[in-house]
Amino acid sequence: MDGGGRRVTRAPFAPGRSVRSRSAGGERSDRERGRGGRDVRGATGTFAHRGAVWAAVAVVPVAFLAVFFAWPVGALVAKGFVDETGFSLTGVSEVLAAQRTWRIVGQTLAQAVAGTAGSVLLGLPGAYLLYRCTFPGRRLLRAVVAVPFVLPTVVVGVAFKSLLIPSGPLGFLGLDASFPAIVAALVFFNYSVVVRTVGGLWSRLDPRTAEAARSLGATRARVWWTVTLPALAPAIAAAASLVFLFCATAFGTVLILGGSSWGTIETEIWYQTTQLLDLPAAAALSILQLVVVAACLLVADATRARQERALRLVGGTREQRLRASDAPAILVTGVVVVGLLLAPMANLVWRSLQTASGVGLGNYANLSGEASGTIAVSVWQATANSLVTAAAATLIALGLGSMVSYLLSRRPASRAGRGVLRFADGAFMLPLGTSAVTVGFGFLITLNRPPLDLRSSWLLIPIAQAVVALPLVVRNLLPTLRAIDPRLQQAAATLGAGPGRVLATIDVPLAWRAFGLATGFAFATSLGEFGATSFLARPDRPTLPVVIFQLIGRPGAENAGTAMAAAVVLAVLTAAVMAVAEWVAPVEVRPW
Amino acid sequence: MSIRTVAAAAAAAVLLAGCAGTSAPSAGPSSSAAPTQSTRLTVVTHDSFALEKATRAQFAAETGYDVTYIAPGDVGTVVNQLVLTKDAPIGDVVYGIDNTFAGRAISAGVLSPYASSALPTGADAYAADAAHSLTPIDYGDVCLNADTAWFAAHHLAVPQTFDDLVKPEYSGLLVVENPASSSPGMAFLAATVAAKGDQGYLDYWTALKANKVLVVKGWTEAYTVEFSGSTGKGDRPLVVSYSSSPAYEHATQALTQTCFRQVEYAGVIAGAQNEVGARKFVDFLLSKQVQAQIPEQMYMDPIDPAIKLPADWEKYAAVVDAPLSLPVAQLSANRDTWIKAWTAAVVG
Repeated sequence: MDGGGRRVTRAPFAPGRSVRSRSAGGERSDRERGRGGRDVRGATGTFAHRGAVWAAVAVVPVAFLAVFFAWPVGALVAKGFVDETGFSLTGVSEVLAAQRTWRIVGQTLAQAVAGTAGSVLLGLPGAYLLYRCTFPGRRLLRAVVAVPFVLPTVVVGVAFKSLLIPSGPLGFLGLDASFPAIVAALVFFNYSVVVRTVGGLWSRLDPRTAEAARSLGATRARVWWTVTLPALAPAIAAAASLVFLFCATAFGTVLILGGSSWGTIETEIWYQTTQLLDLPAAAALSILQLVVVAACLLVADATRARQERALRLVGGTREQRLRASDAPAILVTGVVVVGLLLAPMANLVWRSLQTASGVGLGNYANLSGEASGTIAVSVWQATANSLVTAAAATLIALGLGSMVSYLLSRRPASRAGRGVLRFADGAFMLPLGTSAVTVGFGFLITLNRPPLDLRSSWLLIPIAQAVVALPLVVRNLLPTLRAIDPRLQQAAATLGAGPGRVLATIDVPLAWRAFGLATGFAFATSLGEFGATSFLARPDRPTLPVVIFQLIGRPGAENAGTAMAAAVVLAVLTAAVMAVAEWVAPVEVRPW
Repeated sequence: MSIRTVAAAAAAAVLLAGCAGTSAPSAGPSSSAAPTQSTRLTVVTHDSFALEKATRAQFAAETGYDVTYIAPGDVGTVVNQLVLTKDAPIGDVVYGIDNTFAGRAISAGVLSPYASSALPTGADAYAADAAHSLTPIDYGDVCLNADTAWFAAHHLAVPQTFDDLVKPEYSGLLVVENPASSSPGMAFLAATVAAKGDQGYLDYWTALKANKVLVVKGWTEAYTVEFSGSTGKGDRPLVVSYSSSPAYEHATQALTQTCFRQVEYAGVIAGAQNEVGARKFVDFLLSKQVQAQIPEQMYMDPIDPAIKLPADWEKYAAVVDAPLSLPVAQLSANRDTWIKAWTAAVVG
């Protein structure tokens, strides 16, 4: 319809941009090509029409986040500013003045920074090996690496702690109840976030740029430093910001492994809200948490904006056989996978096989029984509940996440437009950096009366999980969507394709693989989500993590053993889900 | 502190209700008005609640109610959620409020008094207040547990009293739960207050700390990881657990002079949509059928003294003749203060 018009109006803008780019930098770099191209796209078309389409796509996720995140959290925090006399800052300022508060902020930052640094440094060689190289068993290894991400903290806490206590197999390290123990557990949980997020992009980088640099005489180190690392920077920033948010809001890990003297903002919010009902203190801490999270997102955004550009992405993955020069990466990854990931998991399996009558499968036989009377439903029923809930949550998160990612991958011409998008980019990450307690209690006081009375609705659980999974979906899709060379889209448009067709033939196929990974992540997140879910839990239809939590909190070797067996089921389930997500075959779209 | 914040929360709740323009159901004792009724019943419990499926189904069938169970967390979470949602309650009846939180729930006015005729004789000794705001359902004694095999192997006498624990020969043997994050941990702190007094308990804890007490997050970490007498085969032969725990680990023993009695209550939630059903549920929890399965399902002692305990309990669980206890009012008034003082003294 107005496609022709759009094509015509593009013409006057494009040369101007490219001329300026060229004059500024001489030879046009990838980066300028990308930027320039995007600007052109944004500036074209009948502005009002485009705006309407964008607004329509934007309104759904924004409304979702407003109702199911901003409103509940805002309402709970607002209560911290009200006392008998009305509006008051006393309670909040008392907390901000307390020395203890700042010690807690310091501890939160320390463990989050260390956990993030550890995950990124150890994760990069892993991403290279698992996504850039090819070797037998790679698929299995990819799935195994993803398992820790969803394991319930209480189970991992037990698995880790029994390795680290003085008489445990790793007791000689003297790490029980120490800072390194917390960091190790944080890396355990978040390693796969780095491996997948970075690996997803790495596997699709066109190797020819690096090969060209090599053939021009650059050393491998120099190629890594000047070609590969800058290209990966957006994905690294995305992964690091995700991991930082997970680490900054870690709860069970810190309480169980850190010993009693380790408090973080998250544990303190839990304590002030669920045990003391000191809402002013909780509000002050929630605001501090928000500041820490926002600062993290700003840093990540700055890194991303500096580095992000259109990359030569290839549709099929580019893989290479292992070479002698890969030895350092193999060594690091081997140590991490065996020592850090597999050891606690093996301990988990081992404990699941311990029964009153020796080593055996008795605990697995108990999974199907309610006969022992310990849980309201069998573990298989809980598994079914988990799968249904996770499927619903994944649908919600993927639907909204795709819309958000698509929007955020655009680059409007106007400065204000770009500002809005950057703001929105951060806003959609906030749920990950907000305390599950604040969200859970916020749900309770806002969604419990007309017009939106969801108090007894089952849907509340997948919705709460989708709020948490949404940022993960966005972080998985966005780097790839942003890296799609706009010239592909422009060429398609030039050849007469409408926006829908461009989307269907360019963006979707190129992002298909990232979409698969995002699905896996969203599903796994909601399978393992416990924080917000626990506040909405229903004993008559509990999810798997809830059942595990209940079982492990009860006396008797049989309960503990059944909990471990159920955790192994959760681990296998996760590995299966991640393996299926990996299967999503990338569709070849050949760039030139 | 807690009184102030509860009042603040209550004020905020009322304010919010006003803003939302909803007509909040009148809270408090509904002496004159007829109790509300509905075909739906929502039961709020802590996360350790468990009853046999068939029993729950039977209750639903007999009353004809569409029953929903929600379990938002530990007892603190449950009580605080009730306080926060006072103007639009999350359910009709609550089970699992213990004697350390009962005072907060009662003073916040989230309960509607109900004197159940099903309450067995003798059980009224556990009443939380004179107005029957809460009905006692079960109790449990939180006691030190000792790994008797470990002590035998090390030719050391099993300690018996609080004073024994600070002796040098028992240095580095005890693991306790943090009272800020664990209900047995809180009960053990209360036990030391009951034994050593409001003035003396901190000195006692300072001595325990000097004797290398280990503090962990919760019961699971203490009992299944650090304790030597359970599945984790840990390093510490003394742990805070229950008088009934030896029924599950036969080579252990509960130290009956260190026990603090935890009582768990049920209550009708003020402003319930189905007060009639809520009262029926309280009666149901007191029925022989439910009382009889409380030991196996929830690891507590039934409030009804006529109920026969499981064989393993009869054989191995400690009989606690004179548990330590504190009045509900004192517990709830001082709970937060004790924990804060304890944290400063022990954790730092």
